[in-house]
Amino acid sequence: MQPIRLLILNHMVQYSRPPLDASFAALSDTTRRGVLEQLGRSDASITELAEKFHMTLTGMKKHVGVLEQAGLVITKKVGRVRTCKLGLRRLEEEAAWIERYRQLWDARFDELDKVVEELKRKEKADGRKKRAGPHE
Amino acid sequence: MDARREPAPTNSGTTIERKSERELVITRMFNGPARIVYEAWTRPELFMRWWAPKSTGVPMLSCEMDVRTGGGYRVAFGHDDSSAMAFFGKYIEVIPNSRLVWTNEESEDAAVTTVTFEEKDGRTRLVLHELYPSKEALDEAIAGMDDGMPEQFEQLDELLVTLGANLRGA
Repeated sequence: MQPIRLLILNHMVQYSRPPLDASFAALSDTTRRGVLEQLGRSDASITELAEKFHMTLTGMKKHVGVLEQAGLVITKKVGRVRTCKLGLRRLEEEAAWIERYRQLWDARFDELDKVVEELKRKEKADGRKKRAGPHE
Repeated sequence: MDARREPAPTNSGTTIERKSERELVITRMFNGPARIVYEAWTRPELFMRWWAPKSTGVPMLSCEMDVRTGGGYRVAFGHDDSSAMAFFGKYIEVIPNSRLVWTNEESEDAAVTTVTFEEKDGRTRLVLHELYPSKEALDEAIAGMDDGMPEQFEQLDELLVTLGANLRGA
């Protein structure tokens, strides 16, 4: 009983579909979440991040690479220093997809409210009838 | 404001949470006892009245439900039989007025859905839990769920334009 899909409009979705996979994988790691928090406070170089998280430069480069691929971090090399900053676009898109799903359920549940109200009224009316008898 | 008036049911607020890589949880309060909310989920003629709201753009054509453990269901959507899409599966747990668990078998990536009805003071808290076979399956379901909802595409377009503008402005 999943939501409906019409193939005719698929290309539009596929065209704008965010790579959710990469983002959720990127967020599954404590260090990477820490890096995002850190970058939320201020931009930082990979060297600074490595120091902060007590890691080797290579290790931090890997983490930043994962975040970069997921679109969560943007890096820019100036001279010999690679600076990292937040790239929140995909997080926002994911949040937007989740919100759309919530809205679908909300629309359903608003209709369900009406059905529930009607059944309650009917139950009340039936109850009165029974008490009044002699209808079976 | 009249304090004695009952709160409008539409104020009950639907919440959604991605509880894990494979799980989505949706909750909502309903202004009625569990037996009534449960009835609306298990009687086809009632179910048909709310599962496919107008905003989805595609009406429900038919609905068959054999609500008992091991029983099947089949729901078809579309504007006519030639364009109909069917969704089907079976109930793997049925506890009247309290709990429904069903499979979605139209796709290998579809979730197992658990709905619980918890009654308190004449109201019912509904929790709908979707467990997907894999993280990828849930990602895919989220990304693909708007397929066939033209109104929402317009809104999505607007959103993408807004996001794009924000990025360029940043």
